[in-house]
Amino acid sequence: MELLSHLALGFSVALTPINLFYALIGSLLGTLIGVLPGIGPVATIAMLLPTTYALQPVSALIMLAGIYYGAQYGGSTTSILINMPGETSSAVTCLDGHQMALKGEAGAALATAALASFFAGCVATVFIAAVSVPLSELALKFGPAEYFSLMVLGLIGAVVLAHGSLVKAIAMIVLGLLLGIVGTDVNSGVARFDFGIPELTDGIGVVSVAMGLFGFAEIITNLESQEKRERLSSRVKGLWITKEQFKAAWPAVLRGTGLGSFLGLLPGGGAMLASFASYAVEKKVAKDPSQFGKGAIQGVAGPESANNAGAQTSFIPLLTLGIPENAVMAMMVGAMTIHNIQPGPQVMTNNPGLFWGLIASMWIGNLMLVVLNLPLIGIWIKLLTVPYRILYPAILMFCAIGVYTINNASFDVSQTAFFGLLGVVFVKLECEPAPLLLGFVLGPMMEENLRRAMLLSRGDPTVFVTRPLSAVMLIAAVLLVLLIALPNIRRKREEAFQEET
Amino acid sequence: MDRIRNPKDFWAGVLFILVGIAAIAIGSRYNLGTAARMGPGYFPRILGILLIVLGAILAFRSLRLQGAPIPAFKWRPTIIVLGSVVVFGLLVTKLGMAISAVILITLSSAASSEFRPKEALISGVLLAALAVGVFVIGLKLQVPIWPTFFQG
Repeated sequence: MELLSHLALGFSVALTPINLFYALIGSLLGTLIGVLPGIGPVATIAMLLPTTYALQPVSALIMLAGIYYGAQYGGSTTSILINMPGETSSAVTCLDGHQMALKGEAGAALATAALASFFAGCVATVFIAAVSVPLSELALKFGPAEYFSLMVLGLIGAVVLAHGSLVKAIAMIVLGLLLGIVGTDVNSGVARFDFGIPELTDGIGVVSVAMGLFGFAEIITNLESQEKRERLSSRVKGLWITKEQFKAAWPAVLRGTGLGSFLGLLPGGGAMLASFASYAVEKKVAKDPSQFGKGAIQGVAGPESANNAGAQTSFIPLLTLGIPENAVMAMMVGAMTIHNIQPGPQVMTNNPGLFWGLIASMWIGNLMLVVLNLPLIGIWIKLLTVPYRILYPAILMFCAIGVYTINNASFDVSQTAFFGLLGVVFVKLECEPAPLLLGFVLGPMMEENLRRAMLLSRGDPTVFVTRPLSAVMLIAAVLLVLLIALPNIRRKREEAFQEET
Repeated sequence: MDRIRNPKDFWAGVLFILVGIAAIAIGSRYNLGTAARMGPGYFPRILGILLIVLGAILAFRSLRLQGAPIPAFKWRPTIIVLGSVVVFGLLVTKLGMAISAVILITLSSAASSEFRPKEALISGVLLAALAVGVFVIGLKLQVPIWPTFFQG
């Protein structure tokens, strides 16, 4: 019954008016950017990080977490109504959700997506609470060698999510690690790679990297392609589902929730992987797979529950092990660092109110989303009619203000623009920015643990394979690389990503 | 020398190799230390070598495996979008949030092929008012609203 007392503590924190308010703000903002194509949770969290300085750490984290799972709700709306993913993780929802909309069942599709997400959110919250305690107890036994190997595994796992070339993705990780160690070395006090620029001795800000690579680069590529958006294809009437639809959908929701919760745990997992995997599973188990792509409700219910479950359970490795497994979690590391919280197993013991409060807030946020979103859907639809030529300057403005106000420094703004340029180059060269961001955040931690492990072993590198836990993680990392490199699985993976476009 | 069959991979490889070389070259100024007592130069050295190796694999493979060409670089949106952001960063300290935001919105709107000056200016004024309201008045961020030289 420890679980219940933990959750009770969490709710006592999350239910304070101020935290309820920030959960609401986060969920609403998340839905907003989820609905809008062209801006994702990574750029949004980067934009809002500076504004959280003044908040209590727990309120800040509650709001930022709300953005991530709120985006899963919002993303589906855009997918269903205009056949364009508001978020990558709801890309598969386009396939059947939009078909349902064309058949005049937009309301049912939206309701299914929201209710499936809500159910998954509830289950995932309990799942996090249950898994976190044993995992963080395990993590407390980790020495520097285990931590180093865990980070290797986490980074390699992240590569699974990257499109295209494995070598490229690993190179992007290494590049990220290198960018991460720019600035003053804590051990020796030497300023590294500062190019004589005083601002760089404090290191490169995570906000600049994320906003440049994810926010600015995305805007520029959108402007280049000049795609005309599809018009709203249908009116939404009656946000309700029939008994038959409910019957067809609920097994898919159960499967999606289970699959999503599990995949969210894995390094490299999260909302996107979960939704793609769930769609594939639903297609496999369906009695009549030919219905898929023609408006099968399972094709909405499964992935939508999976992406929400995955979004939430991907907090588990961050909160218990201190390892971010995707780009959004990397931003959460940035947020925790701003508030002087070192992510890892000690958060639960040193700061139980924050830990359980954050988890409880996820359930509350989900409840708010399902209650608010269905009635608010009219407003979200209106937003979609705002033309991009008006939208993107507004996004730019919020980004620029966000990054400027971190230190009130013009340098930070120029630095972000530099990463925007780099981001455009990466897009042209088909280099995914997500592994870079993960490497960037983990760089300093990885170096520190490598140093400590090697100091303890007196310079003997075999320590990483002779300590059993460390060895297991390294073997897992190697297996992952082999799995992806093997031609058969590689083909499958490419197919999965192709469905996205 | 073979022809480059996969330009994306080739140039990505070249980029990684160059960064790797730079990391090693600049990093050579930092004390390397020993494996047991790593100096500030040790980890960057490892990363530099890794980058060069990975970059080389990419570049060599691109001579054999076919790939799509690199899409054309369109300078207009890149320069206007990033330029207007940099200009905002430089102006906001002196001119304050309100005017800088209007300039940012109006300038950056020109990156779109559907640019409409009047509309951009109107949305600039509205958004600047929103930004001042939310960030300076609401969140109390320490940014001046109006040009600082007015207050002397």
